[in-house]
Amino acid sequence: MPDSLPSDSVGLVSPKTIHFDKPLELACGQTLESYDLVVETYGTLNADASNAVLICHALSGHHHAAGYHSLDDRKPGWWDSCIGPGKPIDTNRFFVVSLNNLGGCHGSTGPNSNNPETGKPYGPDFPVVTVADWVASQARLADHLGIQQWAAVVGGSLGGMQALQWSLDYPDRLRHSVVIASTPRLTAQNIAFNEVARQAITSDREFFEGRYYDENLVPKRGLMLARMVGHITYLSDASMGEKFGRELREEAYKFGFDAEFQVESYLRYQGERFSETFDANTYLLMTRALDYFDPAYDFGGDLSKALAPAQCEYLVLSFSTDWRFSPARSEEMVNAMISARKRVSYAEIDAPWGHDAFLIPTPRYTDIFTAYMDRVAREVGA
Amino acid sequence: MRADLEIIQQWVRPGHHILDLGCGDGTLLDFLQRERNATGFGLEINPDHITTCMGRGVRVIEQNLDTQGLDNFDDGMFDIVLMTQALQAVRRPDKVIDEMLRVGREGIVTFPNFAHWRLRWGLALSGRMPESDALPYKWYNTPNIRLCTFKDFEALCRQKGIKIKSRRVVDGQHQNSWLARLWPNLLGEIAIYRITREST
Repeated sequence: MPDSLPSDSVGLVSPKTIHFDKPLELACGQTLESYDLVVETYGTLNADASNAVLICHALSGHHHAAGYHSLDDRKPGWWDSCIGPGKPIDTNRFFVVSLNNLGGCHGSTGPNSNNPETGKPYGPDFPVVTVADWVASQARLADHLGIQQWAAVVGGSLGGMQALQWSLDYPDRLRHSVVIASTPRLTAQNIAFNEVARQAITSDREFFEGRYYDENLVPKRGLMLARMVGHITYLSDASMGEKFGRELREEAYKFGFDAEFQVESYLRYQGERFSETFDANTYLLMTRALDYFDPAYDFGGDLSKALAPAQCEYLVLSFSTDWRFSPARSEEMVNAMISARKRVSYAEIDAPWGHDAFLIPTPRYTDIFTAYMDRVAREVGA
Repeated sequence: MRADLEIIQQWVRPGHHILDLGCGDGTLLDFLQRERNATGFGLEINPDHITTCMGRGVRVIEQNLDTQGLDNFDDGMFDIVLMTQALQAVRRPDKVIDEMLRVGREGIVTFPNFAHWRLRWGLALSGRMPESDALPYKWYNTPNIRLCTFKDFEALCRQKGIKIKSRRVVDGQHQNSWLARLWPNLLGEIAIYRITREST
């Protein structure tokens, strides 16, 4: 961490917890009687509350999207490259709201929160939440903050799914939906990778059917493996090649099975670090939410029919080397929007970093994102 | 106002749904959105143009006509499909015209006339591939790979049973000139055609 904060940073921020007492009915049929959402906000809400932007996080994300919690932080929030003064989501103009979703493990009610009925962590009893459930809880958050209509709902990957779901469930409550590196539904291959990750977790001896909290244990190995396999799908062959190639940690082969290649030790390190900060039950929930997301399902698979209620304008962005949610998936979405006569703009950004590219500020990505959000700001007088 | 915009807007009704093939920086669509309350999209592949479109509120889709065609658009979903100064740059103009009139009820096409007297004169005199303000490239680096004359275009329309509803011939600055009207294929630099497959 530098001695002083960068001038294009939102600076020091602190999260706050908002408690909701109104029961939330979930897609699975269960009801959450009450829950907490942890939220960070950046910028200032204007007088007519027209300049609010909602940030929806991806699989392992949380509310801390921009700025620093303390001067000792090694890194800023996860989307600091795109949120801040003069950045694409310009906090001099927008009021930015970022939350940790239900089922998360960073302070919002989730499997590691205490179940008021038992006084012990929910664990596997926490209901399986869906993208639509998240959006419903985010709408309650908007009510709480006095935001009737978002200038834009923005998200990458799983976050993009929430931005899309918003346009279907609350069509008059957002002006723009920005869907980045996302997909209208997972492919069999996507679900397969999620299943490997879940199997890694649930087959860990320290998982205890999801009640590992009671044992004071964490299924670290399982979570680490889950993250390792996930991480591979976030990168491209080319970017891994450029970063690691076949580079060895030492000069010669050792004819054993330790981490000899740099890529092995990188993945192990990433996996280990993740397993220390993330909750295994949350990982299961988040991957299931991904699997279930399919707004076209109730419309015989016809996404353009599902899009009928939408009123917002869409920006869809994909990245050339993203093979997890490839440009073809974004184009599927765009074509359905065109068919449904919705307003949409689309660009495929040439970037070598695979799925992770949505977090990395390449010039063309930044230019497009800035130009589009500038127009959104002008539209709402921000 | 650019003369071609003036001419094209006369053919656009309020609220028309429009597709602009090779929309550039979105000047035309922006104009039609504001002046005619038109809706629709531009297709473009130039990254800078795409960014400009997005900044000015013109809906733009990154899509390459040569490789992706217009398969993603439904039959008859647009009132007008525009193509200004891009027909000569696609690989198969004949197929693009077919697709334009599949997805749109009407097409508006503009392109430079390769039979303009100055180009003919240049070729005849110098024996080199002609260059002009409208065609400022060398033969080896030009994006204009399918140059044609007004007569060629009209012959293609006849062959395909496409009706030419109007034709306006202008000079390089898109200005009307009585000379160009008199002898278009020799004196006209740019033509603006309004074409359709519908009988009315």
